[in-house]
Amino acid sequence: MIKNNRLSDEQYAENFNDIHPPYENITAAKVDANRCLFCYDAPCMKSCPTSIDVPKFIKQIATENIRGSAHTIFTSNIMGAGCSKVCPVEKLCEGACVYNLLEEEPIPIAKLQRYSTEKAMQNQWQLFQRKQSIGKKVAIVGAGPAGLSCAHSLSKEGIDVTIYEKESKGGGLMTYGIAAYKVTPQFCEDEVNYILSIGGIEIKYNQELGKNISLVDLQKNYDAVYLGLGVGVARQLDIPGEDLVGVVDAINFIYNIRDKGYAEVPVGDKVAVIGMGMTAIDAATQAKRLGAKEVTMLYRRTEEEMPCTKHELDIAMLDGCEIIWLAAPKEVKGVDGKVTALICTKMQLGEPDASGRRSPVDTGETFSLEVDMVIKAAGQVPFEELISGNGIKNSKGKIVIDEKCATNIAGVFAGGDAVNGGKEVVDAVQAGKDGAKAIMAYLNIA
Amino acid sequence: MADISSNFLGIKSPNPFWLASAPPTDKKYNVLRAFEAGWGGVVWKTLGSQVKNVSSRYSAVDFGGQRVMGFNNIELISDRPLDINLKEIAECVKLFPDRAMIVSLMADNDKKSWHEIIKKVEDTGAHGLELNFGCPHGMTERGMGAAVGQDPEIACMVVEWVMEAATLPVITKLTPNVHSVVPTGRSVVKAGTNALSLINTIQSVTGIDLDTLVPNPYVAGKSVFGGYCGPAVKPIALKFLTTIAQDELTKKVPVSGIGGISTWKDAVEFMLLGASNVQVCTAAMKHGFRIVEDMCEGLNNWMDEKGFKTLDDFIGKSVDTITHWEDLDINYHHIAKINQDKCIHCGLCYIACEDTSHQSINLEYGKPYNKYTIKEEECVGCNLCQLVCPVDDCITMEEHRVAPEYINWIEWQKRGLPLNDH
Repeated sequence: MIKNNRLSDEQYAENFNDIHPPYENITAAKVDANRCLFCYDAPCMKSCPTSIDVPKFIKQIATENIRGSAHTIFTSNIMGAGCSKVCPVEKLCEGACVYNLLEEEPIPIAKLQRYSTEKAMQNQWQLFQRKQSIGKKVAIVGAGPAGLSCAHSLSKEGIDVTIYEKESKGGGLMTYGIAAYKVTPQFCEDEVNYILSIGGIEIKYNQELGKNISLVDLQKNYDAVYLGLGVGVARQLDIPGEDLVGVVDAINFIYNIRDKGYAEVPVGDKVAVIGMGMTAIDAATQAKRLGAKEVTMLYRRTEEEMPCTKHELDIAMLDGCEIIWLAAPKEVKGVDGKVTALICTKMQLGEPDASGRRSPVDTGETFSLEVDMVIKAAGQVPFEELISGNGIKNSKGKIVIDEKCATNIAGVFAGGDAVNGGKEVVDAVQAGKDGAKAIMAYLNIA
Repeated sequence: MADISSNFLGIKSPNPFWLASAPPTDKKYNVLRAFEAGWGGVVWKTLGSQVKNVSSRYSAVDFGGQRVMGFNNIELISDRPLDINLKEIAECVKLFPDRAMIVSLMADNDKKSWHEIIKKVEDTGAHGLELNFGCPHGMTERGMGAAVGQDPEIACMVVEWVMEAATLPVITKLTPNVHSVVPTGRSVVKAGTNALSLINTIQSVTGIDLDTLVPNPYVAGKSVFGGYCGPAVKPIALKFLTTIAQDELTKKVPVSGIGGISTWKDAVEFMLLGASNVQVCTAAMKHGFRIVEDMCEGLNNWMDEKGFKTLDDFIGKSVDTITHWEDLDINYHHIAKINQDKCIHCGLCYIACEDTSHQSINLEYGKPYNKYTIKEEECVGCNLCQLVCPVDDCITMEEHRVAPEYINWIEWQKRGLPLNDH
């Protein structure tokens, strides 16, 4: 049965507690900071999409120059605070830490990054000074990581930025699409406000491209436009029974947990989650934490090919989620319009596909799972209609840009998930920086 | 199993580890705990005329997340009444007759004071006396401590007074707050001291509180130079020890080594450079008396491994290996080698060499791991890369002699051989 309000307030609070607690004090942070070798041309830095100077900011914690440490982080990544909580660091900076080569625990880079950035946010340190307005205006569509990063970079240089955001809050998927035990809604709001505190950036909320605003108007009213509109719709399964009550989209499910509160979000007794990306993990673990009795994750390939990290998979498994590899959804069965079972096909791995991963092949053999809820987390689909409708060159809805972040339309730039189809927050932040740089060049600003 | 028992001027102790004259040895309670823990002996905290101490008394230097790499103090000699100290010394000797009991002394600068205190101490049953000519703070302003040790003539005079009265072996403790310890060392040996001990603490400022802007240790808004000790001073102590061990006159008397000894390894190093035994303070103040357990076990295991049966088998063995620069072999050359299987690609060797040495390491860019190799023709064999490498035995120095025969600088010049080959 699908129902909400399964647990007590205390149980919710405990289940959604911060999964990676911060350092209690500077002494604790310094123990780890002092372990850092201060590598030259450091592998951690090279493995960060935004190239944060990790050895430098860690050294600055060791010397108790926390303000300097925060400045080092934010200079490369204005969402360094959020990234310290949501980055899959085990495959980025921490995964590259040279201590791994000694079979030793890597430096807890994310935790150290959180230490400095949290101090900066708590104390409202103004680490960047905006140059005086130079009279140029740029419109940005989407107040997610790409848009905010682009906006901050531009505003720093004295450009006046207006961001059009379709939701009522900024932060994009950081605010709406990530498990609540990683970042709280309050944190996301604080982070957005902290980024905006540089000045020169106005966000117009509840303004959706194609509904309230048009690209043509933006082009007319601004010197340049940056599209950081992300991806939206959950990929459809295209199987019978997808419209039954109890089949939900992971992004909506996660969004509701964050937007409405834990007790308000209904969850089944027996839940199937389809997919094995970060969003699938966030949906499965949170379904369990909301009080679902059984959660089963299905993936059509194997652990070798899964998009999430081993670390993420471990979180799901420790939460008691079952994993079924090599299984694809075939049909959702229901009674009285409500989900009762998920019929799956057993798969096997065939030849590598375009992604280089071995593609799953239907064996013809099926099995049935008794479930009352199905969460779809098989990826998100770009806003193809919107993008094509505006005459923007795209590849299956993903905006095509050149090496200068420019779309086929003059003065219109793009980056982030809308271009890459959905990557990490940190990738979007870098895309925003790149976009800002390209716009500056386009506007002939040195 | 090796025999680690020590005989210093006939004073026997089950091991060569004594606690130095300092706060850990200023009363019966501590000394009994030290003996129970296994220390071979103690040098009782300096006795003299009555003093008064201040608060605070200590400060430290931390480094790279480690506390107390260096330590300093502005504490004076014992501030307890003399008769209580004497009574407790006698009690400790009775309770632990197999341990060495040395009493440190710093009398006022007159013969009578020295003779009186020596008589009183000898009545306690203690085994030896140590003359504190080294304390660099507080007592120096009164013409005592380092003020004596810094002036060979005054030191000589005081030792002569002492030797007139003492029947117990006398150890003279030297101050490092001099250009060389040898002049005072020679002077007191001539005056008859039976042994030397060194070093006492080094005058220092350990640091400044960046909020109050007052240096440490803090005493009501002021500070003074304190005596520096702990691991940071070990290299300086070893140097002074070597000069005493190599001097024709001072090498004739046994030396008790002091200065930053924290482990059995440190102790062995002091003994290899001529110390017959060692005294420890800072390490015990940081960790308590229990550290002596590993000191004994480590020393024993090392001696077994090296085949040394007694301490005398290795005491002084490295003294002759420290020579003059002019005697070094110019034809000796070694070149760094990076073991690629052990390298973790941290780049510390590269940046050290590139920025501050001889640009002898090649960087082959990789994402995320660069490959580092030695440019053999450029390497001067300075060791810097090996020293900064965080992995044991990853960088080794391989011998590549320039020529087979030994040749030193003097000979090199005589033959007019070329200079500036790099």
